[in-house]
Amino acid sequence: MTATTEINKIISKENLVYNKTSVLLDNEMHYCPGCTHGVIHKVIAEVIDEMGIQDKTIGVSPVGCSVLAYNYIDIDWQQAAHGRAPALATATSRLMPEKYVFTYQGDGDLASIGCAEIIHACNRGENIVVFFVNNAIYGMTGGQMAPTTLEGQVTATTPYGRDCKVTGFPMKITEMIAMLPGTRFVTRQSAETPGAVRKLKKAAQKAFENTRENKGLSFIEIVGTCSSGWKLSPVKSNEWMKENMFPYYPLGTLKDE
Amino acid sequence: MAKFKGAIVVDTEKCKGCGLCVVACPTKVIELARDVNGKGYHYAHMANADACIGCSSCGLVCPDTVITVYRVKAS
Repeated sequence: MTATTEINKIISKENLVYNKTSVLLDNEMHYCPGCTHGVIHKVIAEVIDEMGIQDKTIGVSPVGCSVLAYNYIDIDWQQAAHGRAPALATATSRLMPEKYVFTYQGDGDLASIGCAEIIHACNRGENIVVFFVNNAIYGMTGGQMAPTTLEGQVTATTPYGRDCKVTGFPMKITEMIAMLPGTRFVTRQSAETPGAVRKLKKAAQKAFENTRENKGLSFIEIVGTCSSGWKLSPVKSNEWMKENMFPYYPLGTLKDE
Repeated sequence: MAKFKGAIVVDTEKCKGCGLCVVACPTKVIELARDVNGKGYHYAHMANADACIGCSSCGLVCPDTVITVYRVKAS
């Protein structure tokens, strides 16, 4: 038997172990090659599919690269003004408490312009899920410094590296959020290896279960890459992230009540 | 000998050739092709098909979800 016929034998419906979930639409994603957004979209779509909550989920997309998230995940979406996704999600979850409401925000959206919104939504303990994608840079606008940019990191607006005396220190939003009594589940995950993706999926599932049980706000930070902004290849970006981001933004669950 | 035999199907036109599946594969099955797809990316393909164990690692890390994984018990 030749190798090709053997492969063709394996490729049949009953042997299928992994394919694209139907919650994820067939549209081609506009993200750069290797962008972590694609993996996170997939994880959210898979969790929604497995929990069977596709018609009960409402997402709030931010301003940033992921503004077009509504083109990729087949659920109801709203699009918030820059940084205001938690405010919109608050209204949605209070008016429709039976729905699963989540926001999907980047570090420019959540940590910078939307800092007040997220802190107060967390403090009120709204019954929503927040996905916070931290790639330490403003990706969509061309790689400027974000509040989460690391000390010494070169960006378009810090060409000599971030100087903390001038621009302040990288913000550990997740640690700040974990201190607030309104939050129930606060965790920091990544998505660079198969194991990390599985862990992220588990965390996302737990977060949506918290919403179902009306437990309050679940906050998931995902440390991700921006290969275009960092000017590295996707594989090198992951290495850079492990070397530089993980020591400052350590992975793990900070709060689970 | 591996307990499972696997195979992957890559949607080559949608693949952006980021190479994350290449490093995620534990048995070094995947390589980026010399050819390019319609968008000019070197798409991923099974270069060493015999070694595939159908573990789904490539599918999990693929940002564009273009990989479908199949697996059978080795006879």
